[in-house]
Amino acid sequence: MNEISHLVGAAGPDSLVVRFAGDSGDGMQLTGSRFTQEAALDGADLATFPDFPAEIRAPVGTTFGVSAFQIQFGGRRVRTPGDQLDVLVALNPAALKTNLEDLRHGGTLIVDTAAFVDRNLRKAGYDRDPREDDALDAYRCLEIDITKLTQAAVKPLGVGNRDANRARNFWTLGLVLWLTGRRRSSTQEWIRERFASEPLVRDANLAALDAGHAYGETAELPRLPEVLAKGHSAPLPAGRYRTVTGVEALCYGLVAAARLSGIDLFYGSYPITPASSMLHMLARLGAFGVRTFQAEDEIAAICAAIGASYAGQLGITGSSGPGIALKMEALGLAIATELPLVVIDAQRGGPSTGLPTKTEQSDLFQAVLGRNADSPIVVLAASTPGDCFPVAIEAVRLATRYMTPVMLLTDGFLANASEPWLIPDLAALEPFPVQQGAAADGFKPYARDPETLARAWVPPGTPGLRHRIGGIERAHPTGAISYDPANHQTMTDFRRAKILGIARDIPEQDFVAGGPDDRLLILGWGSTFGAIQSAVDRLRAGGAAVAHAHLRHIWPLPANLGDILAGFDRVLVPELNAGQLNFLLQGVYGCRVESLTKVSGKPFTAAEIETRVKTLLEA
Amino acid sequence: MATVLEREPKGLTPKDWASDQEVRWCPGCGDYAILKAVQKTLADLQADPDRTVFISGIGCAARFPYYIESYGFHTIHGRAAAIATGAKLANPELDIWVVSGDGDSLSIGGNHLLHLLRRNVDLVYLLFNNEVYGLTKGQASPTSPRGTVSPSSPGGTLDAPVNAGAFALGAGARFVARVADVVQGPMVEVLTRAHGHTGTSFVEILQNCIVYNDGAFDAVTDKATAAEHQLWCRHGEPLLFAGGTKGVRLVPERFALEIFDVGADGLGAEAALVHDETNPMLAQMLVRLEAPTALGVIFAIEAPSYDAAFSAAAPARKPELADLQRQVGGRTTWEIG
Repeated sequence: MNEISHLVGAAGPDSLVVRFAGDSGDGMQLTGSRFTQEAALDGADLATFPDFPAEIRAPVGTTFGVSAFQIQFGGRRVRTPGDQLDVLVALNPAALKTNLEDLRHGGTLIVDTAAFVDRNLRKAGYDRDPREDDALDAYRCLEIDITKLTQAAVKPLGVGNRDANRARNFWTLGLVLWLTGRRRSSTQEWIRERFASEPLVRDANLAALDAGHAYGETAELPRLPEVLAKGHSAPLPAGRYRTVTGVEALCYGLVAAARLSGIDLFYGSYPITPASSMLHMLARLGAFGVRTFQAEDEIAAICAAIGASYAGQLGITGSSGPGIALKMEALGLAIATELPLVVIDAQRGGPSTGLPTKTEQSDLFQAVLGRNADSPIVVLAASTPGDCFPVAIEAVRLATRYMTPVMLLTDGFLANASEPWLIPDLAALEPFPVQQGAAADGFKPYARDPETLARAWVPPGTPGLRHRIGGIERAHPTGAISYDPANHQTMTDFRRAKILGIARDIPEQDFVAGGPDDRLLILGWGSTFGAIQSAVDRLRAGGAAVAHAHLRHIWPLPANLGDILAGFDRVLVPELNAGQLNFLLQGVYGCRVESLTKVSGKPFTAAEIETRVKTLLEA
Repeated sequence: MATVLEREPKGLTPKDWASDQEVRWCPGCGDYAILKAVQKTLADLQADPDRTVFISGIGCAARFPYYIESYGFHTIHGRAAAIATGAKLANPELDIWVVSGDGDSLSIGGNHLLHLLRRNVDLVYLLFNNEVYGLTKGQASPTSPRGTVSPSSPGGTLDAPVNAGAFALGAGARFVARVADVVQGPMVEVLTRAHGHTGTSFVEILQNCIVYNDGAFDAVTDKATAAEHQLWCRHGEPLLFAGGTKGVRLVPERFALEIFDVGADGLGAEAALVHDETNPMLAQMLVRLEAPTALGVIFAIEAPSYDAAFSAAAPARKPELADLQRQVGGRTTWEIG
């Protein structure tokens, strides 16, 4: 019981992986995000993984209603939410059943004994109480009647048992904060502010938080190893930090881009998981040059955005896979009329409704190829929550400079996950003022800038430059309707050359780790970044000659990518789909690429990538 | 960010509103008459061509923007309402006209029209209703009468038609009018009213397709029968037609409209209902009349436009970089290094 060494995590003594799991009504996401804030304020590096069901309040006690929040934090660089858990909190049997396999042997398991009654055990699919056989012997099991202890803690306030149960998550949070040596002051402050208008709820939550914390101390539970030496933070670049989710960073990026470009933004959207949170956040940022419009459907959302772009603002629309599919015809109109547009796809498991709250990277084909005709657009992908900020700015820059739609790929994991974020100095960002209008003399709507091949952006209302555009093929350079065969060839060539030419305006592909002399290249894109980086760190520490490059620009691809690929005997592309980037690379470069694919609705673990690389290197 | 110049009217004539594009409708198409009436209306109004925008979907009617000397956007099937909404919200100074057909508006684009009308975006919406798909060669449309024989319905259609005006009223339209392609003078009057109305002004135009549905509205438009079939609705005037020999009255017991002969059964002209364009129940009954067909401004009430509310709801702009930096910086931060 007191062998502390037994508790040292598989992730090493300098980081811990904790997962809170309970019913979808148990407040696990809130618990996790408060814990995240406390760890961040102590200077930890961290990565989180909120994982919740599509149902808002699934039937109580069922396995499909389990909501979980995972965090890895520590005094070293942390790239992923962690492969294996050091601590699992399971507030009911269903949470235990669905999460236990991720807890490492020797890890700490905290269960609320009050929830382990026959009815809940049956709902979770247990024939008998797992605590009564040897199923839990491999773990340090803390069996605590959290329900009763929470009730006792709030009883002096006059709070009944039913309401007391809603404070159970704060009791649990208090205990885990104590076990991990974290403070609780920012959570206390947060509770006071959040529940200022409900004094009883406020006091009950504070009492529960304190009681959980005190329980750890009075019961003399052994603390987990301190992963953050006092006064020492994780080795992150110096500066002021906050935690940020992908959605937050992306919305800040769009708002910053409005300022840098001098163009107001118009965000048209229709509610869909997991993209709705962008609409919610942007709706609160109106003072910073972005207006939001909740349209009647996905098609209207992109069409209103196109209308806004036509009229001189930058139209943006955001959705997830099936919603993006509905937008494709309109996207073709923006391609044909060469209007700037940003389309954000927060990818999720599919096809069809698929797995609305689970992550996947299976819209790459849809983004690059998913339209009728030869209809190229720019495709970008963000790799971490914080990376959504610069990628959003890049999307606006390319859309306005090249008069083209840009699709920005995020995913369910990136949208909700959080990490410490070095707060950007906005004054240091390079402005890219956007020009509208044109010289009246000899104005032709489809005359092109010789360098970018972009046409001029001339919104209606511009004096003296009246013209007409549309989806029927346009004559070069007048824009008049044209069915001329040679003209269609010319315009198709222009559209293609304009997008491919952007490869000259984007950075050359670089390496995250290693370089051309290594034996194997892992080429990633999007949210697999952290898992690949963790795996590569470990592999290189073990002497393996493995390099890592990560694509931000999916289309056009960086100009030097072909040369990089040709320089490696082995290239591994891990992606959360059935091999879409792999297919694209083989088509473009004719190169042989190994795939590592997974579509379980969960991100890669670093170990999955590490294992595959070892197999390849041994082959 | 578009700039709009405040300028004196330039004395433009209808001819000045014709673009340099060759008009490509079939000879004899009703669209020519509508184009002429719209160009005359714009000239009469001394509208500013630099601020005027015609936005259309797909179909014969949708070629309209190419023929008007203003800004124009020929978009995709059914979506003109949504695109026009975005354009108007981005720049409320624009004077937007949407041109659409029965298939574009009431089939593929029905949802967008519904929401445009209930939002009340300030623009003029012209629905050219020819009760047929012309550009795709003659299939039955959502306004074709039941039993219409067409290439896609050789045994006659099985579905009941949409009544465009009733649909618009049901969707919450604040301005509903109906005209026919051949009635130039009254069409200009109605279009002028539509343009002056704040909010979505919905105008159904009965339009003859000379190739695929010739004569669909003959009873209404033919000189010989027009008087018997045209019921002109003018606010505050009695609902009389056929040269004042017939009228429309309300039968309270059945809460229904009834056609009566003036002078018969002791009913004089004063028995006719007086048109009240602000009465939605009367408007619903009038748009559903088949013989005669109600024409003119059937319904018109004042209501705030969506774009005005959207602009008014815009948060006061705080363009200071420091404000944005504070926002991005968040509330809970810590220092490393």
